[in-house]
Amino acid sequence: MSVVGGDAESITAIGPIRRTSVVRRIGALMRSNEEHVWRWSARTAAIIPLAGLAFVLSVLVLKAWPAVKVNGFGFLTSSAWQPGSTYGAVVHTNGVAHPPGSSYGAWPLIAGTLQTSIIAVLIALPISIGTAFALTERLPGWISKPLGFFVEILAGIPSVVIGLWGVLTLGPLLAQHVYPLVANHVPNVPILSYFRGPTGYGEGLLTSGLVLGLMIVPIIASTTRDLFMQVPPLPKEGGEALGLTDAEVARWVTIPWVRSGIIGATVLGLGRALGETIAVAMVSGSVLGHVSPNIYGTMTTVAATIVSQLDSAATDGTGFAVSTLAEAGLILAVISVLVNVAARVIVNRTSRLSAPVGRDS
Amino acid sequence: MSIISPSMQRTRARRVRETLFRFAAMASLVFVVGPAMWLVIEVVVRAVPHWHWNVLTTVSQGTSGGLENAILGTLVIMLGVLIIAGTIGILAGIHFAELARPRRNGKASGAVLRTATEVLSGFPSIVLGYVGYIALCVGLHWGFSLLPALLILSLMVVPYIAKATESAIRQVPTNYREGAEALGMSPGYMLRRIVLKSALPGIVTGVLIALSIAGGETAPLLYTAGITNNLPSTSLIHQPIGYLTYYVWTDYNQPTNEAHYVSYDAALILLVMVLILLVTSRIIVARTQRHAEGNR
Repeated sequence: MSVVGGDAESITAIGPIRRTSVVRRIGALMRSNEEHVWRWSARTAAIIPLAGLAFVLSVLVLKAWPAVKVNGFGFLTSSAWQPGSTYGAVVHTNGVAHPPGSSYGAWPLIAGTLQTSIIAVLIALPISIGTAFALTERLPGWISKPLGFFVEILAGIPSVVIGLWGVLTLGPLLAQHVYPLVANHVPNVPILSYFRGPTGYGEGLLTSGLVLGLMIVPIIASTTRDLFMQVPPLPKEGGEALGLTDAEVARWVTIPWVRSGIIGATVLGLGRALGETIAVAMVSGSVLGHVSPNIYGTMTTVAATIVSQLDSAATDGTGFAVSTLAEAGLILAVISVLVNVAARVIVNRTSRLSAPVGRDS
Repeated sequence: MSIISPSMQRTRARRVRETLFRFAAMASLVFVVGPAMWLVIEVVVRAVPHWHWNVLTTVSQGTSGGLENAILGTLVIMLGVLIIAGTIGILAGIHFAELARPRRNGKASGAVLRTATEVLSGFPSIVLGYVGYIALCVGLHWGFSLLPALLILSLMVVPYIAKATESAIRQVPTNYREGAEALGMSPGYMLRRIVLKSALPGIVTGVLIALSIAGGETAPLLYTAGITNNLPSTSLIHQPIGYLTYYVWTDYNQPTNEAHYVSYDAALILLVMVLILLVTSRIIVARTQRHAEGNR
């Protein structure tokens, strides 16, 4: 009886059994070569960022090449931003077609990008170190943990939401109550005179810098906090035993201990500020063609220009405006990559030079 | 002749400096947490008074209507990024942590790939979006659609996931591996059952943070995903797709109040989605930390 049942089962189950056996065989094959499967797929995946970067850069260079030929080196210093006439006969310069009267210069964009990013870092760095210090040394755990989490959350808030708050709430408030106060009371001496003059309506350089600063504070602050927590207590206690105050311990023990990490995080934040698009496009005023005469004036950055101009650039039948935006994008990419490389060099050097005794590298 | 000796003066100066330093530290904390809370409260205050639940169930009409298409679109984009960038990023992280390391002396074998990944993580997102538009939407005639958006966003967040995976794997205790090797596990089996399993919370956290970045992006999507008021379709190319950040970015400075409400609602929904992702990742971290401490 059992034999018959077994026969009937095996007859009906030939298909499924064969299929499972194939699956099993493949499974067994994969298991026996599991390390090779992992190795091969992991290496392929690791190549993708490099391939993507190469693809992006080559598309950018190819697209920017006509604009580079026409705009020349003057692109870096000129302030013009004229798409030219779309009705006139197409003009050729160096073999590249472009609308008559078109003239582009990226100096205001480059200057705006650097100005806003520098303001952001100048604001964010001391505030981040202070925040990290308050969170790790001054406050008890039950309050510093939720606050630390809140700072981390700030890093995740979409930039468009921060921009919305910047343009609707922060900008107008500062322009009404804070900027005039500063502008009217700052003495007219060389550097501070930059803070004088018309204060505008809250869309401009300083507002952009402040919003960017708020966006990069969490990056720098949460890294610095983690670094501060990694500093072993013994050297700090040693400093205190020598009679140093908390401020002096921070200045002479804690911060030097993690200096390269702080620099790395700061440059990471700088990179984010340089490339930030939407928030700046919302609060900068997006005014092309001039460098702001004082710290309140409207301006724009490379990234904000690309996002706000690509639509209208696409209407240029010769494709020259789109090509010019590629050139601007290329400049931004080069700046970002240089900043990144500089960060690695600085981090490598400082960690070699300033490694305190006893730190395992 | 002054009664206060130089050393006393110095002590007083140090005390003043110490007080100033403590005050500055607290003040900077206030300068960070204050605006952050202000921002969150502001979004809630702007959105809630005019909030209607049918925002979630009706599609947009541009400057009015609901946001169903945008919510679903953002979720679809996140899912796509989860699949594409999750796979690539985790595998790349495994490569950097496990396979690119064995050469102890001199340079690691993955130096070039690692540098490329780090450069990509600092690459301006709008430039990636521009290239997506030029090469994929126009060059390959895909049009504004889901696939170019996914590819560009994935390229953007792969470095984050790879980095998170790498550091999660690096934190797996060495004696786990030694135990596994002592039991005679093959390297591949050990990687899957021991190393990846212990590193999973860290990896999931990295993926969730990457998803929150992808969902909150605007600039690279504007010129790759396009925009539509229709619900997301099943086609990867030729069909534009809606997403929340577009409505925040476009509608806040439209002339009508209705448009403003669309913008504020979209901002609130975005904020809630991102908060859910971040809080989840935080809970995962907290739970695994507790377990790790319990094991010790």
